[in-house]
Amino acid sequence: MSDSPFSDAVLVARRLDVGHEGRRVLSGIDAFAPRGGSIALVGPNGSGKSTLLRTFAGLLSPLGGGLQIVGTSVQQASRHIAYLNQFHSTALSLPLRVNDVVHMGRLDQRGRFRRRTSEDLDIVAESLHRMGISDLADRAIRDLSGGQRQRVFLAQILARRADLLLLDEPTSGLDAVGRSVYLEAIESERSRGAAVITATHDVGEAARCDRVMLLAGRLIADGPADVVLTPDNLLSTFGMGLSRSGDHLVVTEHGHHDHEHHGHHDH
Amino acid sequence: MSQLIDPFLNNEFMQRALLAGVLVSVSCALVGTYVVLRGLAFIGDALAHGVLPGVAGAMIIGAPVMVGAAVGAVAMIAGVGFITAKSRLSNDSAIGLLFIGLLALGVVLVSSSDRLTGDLDAILFGEFLGVSTNDLVVQAVAAMVVAAVCGLAARPFLVLCFDPDMAQVMGYPARRYHRLMLVLVAGTVVVSFQAVGSLLVFGMLLAPAGTAALVTRRIGSMMLLATLIGIVSTYVGLLASYHLDWAAGASVVLSSITIFFVVLVSKSLISTTSRRSVARDV
Repeated sequence: MSDSPFSDAVLVARRLDVGHEGRRVLSGIDAFAPRGGSIALVGPNGSGKSTLLRTFAGLLSPLGGGLQIVGTSVQQASRHIAYLNQFHSTALSLPLRVNDVVHMGRLDQRGRFRRRTSEDLDIVAESLHRMGISDLADRAIRDLSGGQRQRVFLAQILARRADLLLLDEPTSGLDAVGRSVYLEAIESERSRGAAVITATHDVGEAARCDRVMLLAGRLIADGPADVVLTPDNLLSTFGMGLSRSGDHLVVTEHGHHDHEHHGHHDH
Repeated sequence: MSQLIDPFLNNEFMQRALLAGVLVSVSCALVGTYVVLRGLAFIGDALAHGVLPGVAGAMIIGAPVMVGAAVGAVAMIAGVGFITAKSRLSNDSAIGLLFIGLLALGVVLVSSSDRLTGDLDAILFGEFLGVSTNDLVVQAVAAMVVAAVCGLAARPFLVLCFDPDMAQVMGYPARRYHRLMLVLVAGTVVVSFQAVGSLLVFGMLLAPAGTAALVTRRIGSMMLLATLIGIVSTYVGLLASYHLDWAAGASVVLSSITIFFVVLVSKSLISTTSRRSVARDV
């Protein structure tokens, strides 16, 4: 892994087969995310984008091929990964303050029994600030609106100071202000050297990434956003389920209901 | 005033019962917090009832009842794992099947043995007022073990409650810690059922922690408050049992459930009043 061009690789996937319960969802996926790089996984529900993201996160074992994160196995690299899950149903009823939720992102970054350090406190305060929710720090998570909660979950991701950010529908529930705060935070994570891989319905958000992988049960196209995001490719990926929302093309997915294995998507 | 204290000062069996209740309250509050937060109520209930055939079997062959209860609890946990792994049934269905199956087996065992019919009440409703020194030692050790495990696994348990996927990504194997949590629930049921009874131990797991969840914003405070509520319920329940001649285990559990409803109603009244005053100010 030391020879160029992989010396600055955060994630390298070679001929990766992914799926769950023995069922193959995507085959032969090659992916490379350098430090500061970004990849968007775009496709309808059931296209395999969440399955691929969960495999990158180590939540699903690859059915074939190779996967390395910061030059080692996913299991060895857990401290280097931040994963934003799409569903936090249980979290909503927990007696936790916003501050505690964001601190949770630091738990495995220090020794097993070490208490919070001043560095942890600084990082958490900065993460709250970057997501524009410093004033919510003492509020109970269950008392917040959906958009506020999503900002808290994103602040937790920032607090991990990870090398690889894996984000499943990160802008879900965010309003326009939240969205712009998020985009700014991600840019700053990338300039810090983190690689960001995002599973999204939002074609406008995908267009900001270095690389876009269009998925629909197979790899439809893979390359720079301006090359990949063509009307023909999008039609092959989504069928007719595209609409315009302000400056953004958004997938509405009429007729594409939830086929992915682990929950319900908001449309 | 003396009626509130004298029963405990003058009767050794009441002192033992109070101490047993305090120890049960500590274990049940710590474990019950996770039962409430992770939504494990159904498996907790099933474990509480699943110990019945183990206890009955142990009595028939003359083995220690606690060992029998432990075997019943392990059979329950292993059975749920087996059914969910080998079928497409949901966790709830697997738990329900085993819950009823083990309960039925327990009743069959009890009814087939003339020696046991008199003991059925003791198994189901406990013998708070007949707790032995040996039982107290076992409960004290269990409370310390539960507290130690909850302390050592506090971080993975916290993340597991928040999001099992996140726990896995952070290097805390979610399945392993989930099983550890179930073992804690089972262990607490096994050492507590002799005092509170297998039907009622679930109330001590759920009611104090559920009440604390209504008013706390941190898991540590939830555990502390649940312990206090458990202890107060024990005291009030035992006192009611002494003066009114009620069944002790049931009185204790009834106290804890009553506290839950009092807190719930008070909380909703307070929030309605504050909403109205905000509306008036506006």
